[in-house]
Amino acid sequence: MAVKLSVENIYKIFGERTDAARDMLHEGKTKEEILEATGATVGVQDASFDVGEGEIFVVMGLSGSGKSTLVRMLNGLIAPTSGAIMIDGVDVANCTKDQLRRIRREKIAMVFQHFALFPHWSVADNAAYGLKVKGVRAPERREKALSALEQVGLSAWADSLPSELSGGMQQRVGLARALATGPEVLLMDEPFGALDPLIRREMQDELLTLQRSLKKTIIFITHDLNEALLLGDTIAIMKDGRFVQVGTAQEIVSNPADAYVAAFVADIDRGRVFTAEDVSNDPAPVKLGESSAEDAMRVMEDLNRNALYVVDEADKVAGVVTYQDLAAATLDEATPNPVLEEVMITEFPTADADQQLADLYGAASAGLPIAVTDDKDRLVGVVEPEAVFAQLSGEEPAAPEDSAAEPPSQTDTKESANA
Amino acid sequence: MLDSPGDLLTLPFADWVNGFVRGWLVPNFRPAFRAAQVPITLVLNGLDDFFNFLPWLVTTAAFGLAAWKWAGRGMAIFTLLGFAFIDMIGLWPQTMTTLAMIITSVLFCAVIGVPLGILSARSNLTWKIVRPVLDIMQTIPSFVYLVPIVMLFGVGMAPGIIATIIFAIPPIVRLTNLGIRNVRGDLIEAAQAFGSTGWQMLVDLQIPLAMRTIMAGLNQTLMLALSMVVIAALIGAGGLGLVVNTGLGRLDVGGATAGGVGIVILAIVLDRITQGLGEANRGETVSLRQVLFNLIRFRGTRTEKTETAARSAQ
Repeated sequence: MAVKLSVENIYKIFGERTDAARDMLHEGKTKEEILEATGATVGVQDASFDVGEGEIFVVMGLSGSGKSTLVRMLNGLIAPTSGAIMIDGVDVANCTKDQLRRIRREKIAMVFQHFALFPHWSVADNAAYGLKVKGVRAPERREKALSALEQVGLSAWADSLPSELSGGMQQRVGLARALATGPEVLLMDEPFGALDPLIRREMQDELLTLQRSLKKTIIFITHDLNEALLLGDTIAIMKDGRFVQVGTAQEIVSNPADAYVAAFVADIDRGRVFTAEDVSNDPAPVKLGESSAEDAMRVMEDLNRNALYVVDEADKVAGVVTYQDLAAATLDEATPNPVLEEVMITEFPTADADQQLADLYGAASAGLPIAVTDDKDRLVGVVEPEAVFAQLSGEEPAAPEDSAAEPPSQTDTKESANA
Repeated sequence: MLDSPGDLLTLPFADWVNGFVRGWLVPNFRPAFRAAQVPITLVLNGLDDFFNFLPWLVTTAAFGLAAWKWAGRGMAIFTLLGFAFIDMIGLWPQTMTTLAMIITSVLFCAVIGVPLGILSARSNLTWKIVRPVLDIMQTIPSFVYLVPIVMLFGVGMAPGIIATIIFAIPPIVRLTNLGIRNVRGDLIEAAQAFGSTGWQMLVDLQIPLAMRTIMAGLNQTLMLALSMVVIAALIGAGGLGLVVNTGLGRLDVGGATAGGVGIVILAIVLDRITQGLGEANRGETVSLRQVLFNLIRFRGTRTEKTETAARSAQ
């Protein structure tokens, strides 16, 4: 993935004596000590990161952590004290006013927390603002603004005033305004922070849907870790102007860098962070017509599982066989040499690889392993119910392969029979 | 023993000022000051001729309709009766002269004051310089600067207007500055983030959003200009101020009162119309386009009328 935006060692120190403050930072002094000694406030210290094209990079932090300062430096609204911000080979932090203006007009658009719509202009005029600034003529401007409004589902409101719209709708206008100029990079400064929880949820889903087709490079600022984990391809956790951890949602939740991050992560809904893929095992399927009942039982004993999926010639999932059923069938006098088709259960739970664990509770509690399938119904993995609950409770999921061999337990037998 | 610093040292301050004004300013710059009043004289004479040429009925009808549109029906009736009263007490020509003077003063105040207010809002340094000057202009008694004005500009209508401008300009500068500075920070940030130039931001965002405050400043300026009418008459500006002064000089209570009533009637009418104009749009802001639009469109919605009528009744 090509790097679209690259930030190298940027600092922002507010106040007069920035050099003295920086020296103190290097000595390891805290923000408070520096403020007391020099009167300078440290906004951002030594932040470096790369954002790939089409990636959503979320910066999460509490108020005062410097996240808003950071995002404002990316389009030059605040000039960094030192460091470089490269966008397509131009350093935003050290370029001329004309260059900066051109970058703002062509490449970067911003969405604001409190929408920042012009109250005296119609929705369409607001959406067209970036184009007006660029000098696009009125008819073309309106046409592009309307298509941007169409994208966010607001074309019917084009001639209303922003004050006639609800908060969520106003932020859609803010988004349309940012999209209308066709920018490559979107800066979103807590865009959903001022919205009701339900509307926020809706907007998050919509942003993800839009992003699937738009593939913009997005820098998203939030104070809500759940939002960060939901949206971010990469997430940076910020504290006192510094990145304390950068990683994917799964990395941050399963492996917090320090106590600060761990305290945040403790409260989040793990079922919405992890997906079926994260807890799935090698499917180790048995094939219809090839493998016998004994083969299947041997594999289960080797892998310490109590059920295996059965696939047909085209690798499609045909059903699931459990150890108990096979054992019972083998012991049964009537069928001394059972065939897989006869004992396999054809009603089995399935999941997509990117399905959230929260959606798998029901299936997992049935006791059968869950088949993870791709879009052609082929088996790509198996999720053991224990793995789901282990991940949700925050324990490291014990991979059945590694654990001590243990025959299927009595409770599992009952559940399988019920299923 | 030293009783007071004055025993030790006397400063000939008045002589210094005399020396500065008479010895340097007047001989060197009198022609320049004379030239500076040419545009004022031109506008003033044009307006004066215009208003004195218009028949009473036309002027009254125009003001009555404007009052109806922006200040409600009650104000329209008041305008009608008030103007009729002025005409019947024989002060119509003087009132029209005063009206021409007021409009000229306010026009020049706006032309100078609004750009100055915008500059002050955009640069803290400018505001640091402008602000004390405005403070001085507002605190210094107007009689003090009448003398140098007469020396530099002579006597007559135009010097009277200049004195009025000095007296009346501070509110429009202050309120323009205030209005522009009060535009929400995140809107300014948004304009910057989309790459707008300073001029684009001013035209698209700051002036439209500050328009309501600027209109309030204009109203204040207008009221101050009216209150200067009598004083300006001391240096030869005519109109209703002259009527009041003449009455004063002759101890003619009736004449002075007649002039005063004329000024009051004019003040009420102008105040209510300009207030209504600034608030005609009930939204968050009034754009210049809307104000101009209101000026040429004589049709208001019922809610506006009833609201303004309710306000004027208070």
